[in-house]
Amino acid sequence: MKNNSQSIFIKKDILIRLVEAFFSDDFIKNTASIPFKMRPKDAEVPYRCCIYKEREIIKDRIIADLGFAVEDLNESEKLEDFALLALNREKNIDNPLTVIEAACKGCVPSRVYVTDLCQGCVARACEKTCKFGAITIEGGRSYIDGSKCKNCGMCIQACPYNAIVRLIVPCEQACPIGAISKDENGTAVIDFEKCIFCGKCVAACPFGAVNEKSQIIDVLKNIKNGKKVIAMFAPAIAGQFPGSIYQLKAAMIKAGFYDVFEVALGADITSKNEALEFEERMKNNKPFMTTSCCAGYNSLVKKHLPEIKEFVSETKTPLFYTAEIVKEKYPDSITVFISPCVAKRIEVAENDNIDFVLNADELGAIFIGRKIEILSMEDSSFEKESSKQGRNYGVTGGVVQAVSCLLPDNLNVKPCMIDGINKDNIKKLKKYAQDKNCPEGNLIEVMCCEDGCIGGNSTISNPQTAKRLINKLLSESKDLK
Amino acid sequence: MESIEVKICSGTTCFVMGSTYLNELYEIIPQLYGDKVTVKPSLCLGQCSSSDKHSKAPYVKIDDEYVSQATIEKVLDVLKKKVEQV
Ligand code: FES
Repeated sequence: MKNNSQSIFIKKDILIRLVEAFFSDDFIKNTASIPFKMRPKDAEVPYRCCIYKEREIIKDRIIADLGFAVEDLNESEKLEDFALLALNREKNIDNPLTVIEAACKGCVPSRVYVTDLCQGCVARACEKTCKFGAITIEGGRSYIDGSKCKNCGMCIQACPYNAIVRLIVPCEQACPIGAISKDENGTAVIDFEKCIFCGKCVAACPFGAVNEKSQIIDVLKNIKNGKKVIAMFAPAIAGQFPGSIYQLKAAMIKAGFYDVFEVALGADITSKNEALEFEERMKNNKPFMTTSCCAGYNSLVKKHLPEIKEFVSETKTPLFYTAEIVKEKYPDSITVFISPCVAKRIEVAENDNIDFVLNADELGAIFIGRKIEILSMEDSSFEKESSKQGRNYGVTGGVVQAVSCLLPDNLNVKPCMIDGINKDNIKKLKKYAQDKNCPEGNLIEVMCCEDGCIGGNSTISNPQTAKRLINKLLSESKDLK
Repeated sequence: MESIEVKICSGTTCFVMGSTYLNELYEIIPQLYGDKVTVKPSLCLGQCSSSDKHSKAPYVKIDDEYVSQATIEKVLDVLKKKVEQV
């Protein structure tokens, strides 16, 4: 089940404890004691070989939640030291992902494997088909010499009993651009030159080994120090918590945010600008235009698909416009984007108007840690209501619907969607760019995550629930036109 | 005969800890038990408040019994036993 595995559960549990520690009388000491509280002496050891290993992994997760990379850690470094460093830093920008080696080790590197189904048959198709001489028959069974095997998979196809299988590595499988792979020690390493921060590996890893480096302490510190901390929540966030967005706003204010904005507000500006831009491009006989609000897609274009750049809308993202509005109203504020995915961390790092990112999980942990019950909050209104279309940006199809509704009737718009960036869809996009033609339509919405932002790696809700909550909000919202 | 009542918590803690992934129960339970069992969402069931208790969310209440770290399978198991007892 996506975004609801046990490893994600533990990640949330740790975040909540970290929030509680932050607001306790001794943050440093209470942070350091989290692994011992979660796995006390004599506790059962649910997942790993021993209690020390479990505590070590919990410690590593806390380090990531404190905002640090876990790779190349020196074992002697203490949690106390990291907690102190987190408290004292000003900014926290760096690659937003980190791999916990000890957790990653639980999973074997990708390889071809002979199962018990092997009959040791006479045909020995596997042995014959292997070009590298990696297969021999030993003890009446096929045996693969790992040092010779090149992972080509010919034997898998040759075996008449389907006895040979490829063990997959979920993160490698999930990554659409081959940026993560196990190194010779069996630890997944992310190539940050290639990585588009789509977060698919974070959601895919059954061991929860790929972690976002959190900025939660940075946000809480600014709140505690009485700074004007402003939250801007993505449209998809409306589907991530119980209650209405008006109760959600009230809950955020109770958690210490000074004011709260919908990013749907900026989405309304994006829709208007993108509609104008589309009209202009069509007048100039351009074959098609793709949307530009998805951070994962923007990274993909930059790093792997430069040929499609000329077809990508130059309109800014909803977050960009929202942050402008916020900074104009509160020039001395600290701005925090509430995000459904990891990719936005990159966009935020490049935008001076936005200081920090919290994902939905992290905001949820703050509510729980501060004992804030959203459903018991009174409604708190927004200065300006966003439109129905803007509020639907986080659901696949929402962006093209919003843009299309603003276009003049005589313009022949044919919207279509790329619902999720995967290897096949990347090929499709490449082809559109090469052919300078997209047979499926002329206004292409590209969403990195399936279902749109409500399918983001950092979401809380089952996408159906998110859709239902958002639809309820839409039914009460005004039209953009 | 009184019907058995299943309450799926949608308080903040349970919601954040994954109670929306139990939503299929709203369909499965009526299919299995018709009107012998009612299933509905509930405000915070009051189980999550004391320290450490959040880590056992999401909670589901079946009559007066609480299921912690509820999963669809767990809930159906407990429910089956209850129905058989009646
Ligand atoms: S939120 Fe479910 S028991 Fe409190």
